[in-house]
Amino acid sequence: MTAIERIASAVVWTLAAFTVVFLLTPLVVTVLVSFGSSAVFTLPAPSWSLRWYQALGRSRELWPVVATSVQLAALSTAIALGLGTLCAIGLLRGQFRGRDGIVTFLVSPLMLPGLVIGIAMLESFRAAGLRDVWLSLILAHVVITLPYVVRTVYAALSLFDFTLIDAARTLGLSYPKAVLKVLVPSLAPAFLTSGMFAFLASMDNYPISIFFTDAWTKTLPIQMLQYVEESPDPTIAAISALLILLAAAVLVVGDRLVGLRRMADL
Amino acid sequence: MNASRRLDPVLLLALPAVLYLAIVYGVPLMMLLGRSILVGGVPSLAPFIGFLSDPFSWTVIGNTLRIAVLVTLVCLLIGYPTALALARASGLAQALILVAIILPLSVGVVVKAFAWQIVLRRDGVVSQLMTGLGLWSEPQRLLFTEAGLVIGAANVFVPFMILPIYSVLKLVDPRLGEAAATLGASPLYRFFKVALPLSLPGIVTGIAFVFSMAASMYVIPNLLIGDRFQTLATLTGRSFLFMRNEQLGSTTAVVLLVLTVAVVVGSAALSKRLGGAS
Repeated sequence: MTAIERIASAVVWTLAAFTVVFLLTPLVVTVLVSFGSSAVFTLPAPSWSLRWYQALGRSRELWPVVATSVQLAALSTAIALGLGTLCAIGLLRGQFRGRDGIVTFLVSPLMLPGLVIGIAMLESFRAAGLRDVWLSLILAHVVITLPYVVRTVYAALSLFDFTLIDAARTLGLSYPKAVLKVLVPSLAPAFLTSGMFAFLASMDNYPISIFFTDAWTKTLPIQMLQYVEESPDPTIAAISALLILLAAAVLVVGDRLVGLRRMADL
Repeated sequence: MNASRRLDPVLLLALPAVLYLAIVYGVPLMMLLGRSILVGGVPSLAPFIGFLSDPFSWTVIGNTLRIAVLVTLVCLLIGYPTALALARASGLAQALILVAIILPLSVGVVVKAFAWQIVLRRDGVVSQLMTGLGLWSEPQRLLFTEAGLVIGAANVFVPFMILPIYSVLKLVDPRLGEAAATLGASPLYRFFKVALPLSLPGIVTGIAFVFSMAASMYVIPNLLIGDRFQTLATLTGRSFLFMRNEQLGSTTAVVLLVLTVAVVVGSAALSKRLGGAS
């Protein structure tokens, strides 16, 4: 190694180490604040306590909101997994032009401003006379979750060798059994990763949901932002810490089942 | 590839999802665009001319572009070395970098922006660190400043810079660098003539992602800089949610939409020309 290479390598690793610390900072700070006794986010905290978690347990407003968000995320992810997988198979196996264009269209909700999508949907739903909050939210959240499924399952399928199914049938399996034994296991990581990220994206969505919620039906990010703006105290940090814990748990499960490296193949 | 050219029945499987998105998402966006150039049923660019002739609009557009460019630069500056380190790392270091990227991705933006509110306060961690190191003579507040907004936004979006670059870098054969070295190329020459050109498609994708997300972010500026600083996205949100000025909101929404679509389409074309897989 020459001197330049050593310096370059040191710079790369220093910046990478900085980025790792930078990325983890908000999560660590949130967890620390949630266990502090001070009501004004002092760090380091004067003493440790669980009072904000107790406040969380007593909260009447919060749990219905959490339930709404979880139901919405689960239902919209399930619909997206169904529609998205069929769609990926159809697009990949069908012979036609303009496939790239359709895939770009299907993935585009990820790249366009959520606020603009929300406004466009709000006006169209109004024009169509749709007033039901739950139905509007579900319709909107499938638009959020579907791109994750289409993108990941399509990418996984394009690496899948479909002649393997024919091979399995030659070896005596029926068609459904061949699909079940050959295709499903090799798609499982894509299902898991895309389902996970779709679920989290739905749980986290603010800019689209804000147009469809009302005083009675709110989602978690909307309630949380309202807390932060109106009465910021570490109860927010306690909810946030629980969400971070949930994300960490999901990550551990994902690592066991899929592997971290494959999860990074977004 | 012969007689079955007509309509492949397998294609029908794609129909429900495509129709769904077309009806619930595609048509509404088209209608938004359509309405924005119709005034009283007649095509007219008057709302846009009105919007663009107001100096305040240019402040808002300037704010949007400046913040998006700064966030993108910060993300590139720290994201590229991180992607490089991730591609070279193994074992524990690799696992640590991957966790540091994926875990924050799974945590909501409200949580992260709220944490940055605490970190960037006058008595926050950054201020304590800088005064402790003697870099600042007295504690300073970064919250509600543009610098604070750029730091918070870069933190949220940097994974979207790292991942596309990493996905290109990990495919680059390390022997290419060795081959260049054997042929007498200096380290700097090797970086600029071998590694960098090969990673360009990933860089372009990362820049497009981060730029369009930073230009359209809404929650982060709300929490980190406040009402006095308006971008196209915050102005769009405020017009609809608080000011009930839907005419202005639709105009800014369309300007923002055109901006992001241009970035996404342009970058896709560029990345394809550079030989990217995406």
